[in-house]
Amino acid sequence: MGFTRFVEIGRVVLVNYGPDEGKLAVILDVADNNKALIEGPDTGVPRQLIPFKRLALTDFKLPIQRNARIGTIKAAAKEADLYAKWEASSWAKKKAKKVKRAQMTDFDRFKVMVARKQKSAIIAKKVAELQAAA
Amino acid sequence: MTKAVAPQAKAPKWYSGDDVKPKAAPQKHNPTKLRSTITPGTILILLSGRFRGKRVVFLKQLPSGTLLVTGPYSVNGVPMRRVNQAYVIATSMSVDVSKVTIPAADDSYFTREEVATKTDEDQFFEQGAKSSTVSDKRKADQKTVDAGVLAAMTNPMLKAYLNAKFSLKKGDRPHEMIF
Repeated sequence: MGFTRFVEIGRVVLVNYGPDEGKLAVILDVADNNKALIEGPDTGVPRQLIPFKRLALTDFKLPIQRNARIGTIKAAAKEADLYAKWEASSWAKKKAKKVKRAQMTDFDRFKVMVARKQKSAIIAKKVAELQAAA
Repeated sequence: MTKAVAPQAKAPKWYSGDDVKPKAAPQKHNPTKLRSTITPGTILILLSGRFRGKRVVFLKQLPSGTLLVTGPYSVNGVPMRRVNQAYVIATSMSVDVSKVTIPAADDSYFTREEVATKTDEDQFFEQGAKSSTVSDKRKADQKTVDAGVLAAMTNPMLKAYLNAKFSLKKGDRPHEMIF
């Protein structure tokens, strides 16, 4: 198995550091071996040069030309149904879950603890039943 | 060397033989500010003392600035007691205690009765065996407050929540957690 995600024009990336942290953008040009030109017209990422260290490559790629205009990027993203696909990915789901967990209050954490106990009680009961039957 | 004093409206006719320091303004007792997250009915987590880790209901602030809290006693065994707000985490959960009749508890309510100090050895040992008892009035007050707070607890999970102890688990970062 080789690599599947490459730094290339049109590659959708996730910014993981700085003011645009957590937002999706698209690579429009590769400046040098450290930096790329990116923009995320739908996510509010302004056109900028950004080091690759601050980017995480996703599975998605838009069919755009180098230095594409905002309208072209938007149209390509809409055509590819990019954001729905991103939200459906397990990466995005994990991210959303992390945010939700961080926003839980003390009472919410207690409710989760109770729910987990109930869940494991149900599982333990079922396992005991199956073991008795076997 | 004395410090230079700002010239007064009229210079005194004579200079005092002793250096008299100007009297400091009498210190004013500022009432303790209640933390904005703590309002009557807020559920607090106690962080110190015998009941550390317990979740309790805040009733009101006493004139001394300490917080009057109750378990309620019938739920988690914490009686009405005073706590310092510095040793408390305020949660975002609260109970409506506006209808609860809180006994006219001020700080004197909580002072223990003075036990006469005995020097005699026999009496000393005798005294050590005797423990302080809770007055019937305090018990009755606790009952009325408990009844009021329990009636206000509409959420069915709240009782179990108040009965559960708070503790930090592996990987918990209290400074980043929301309470």
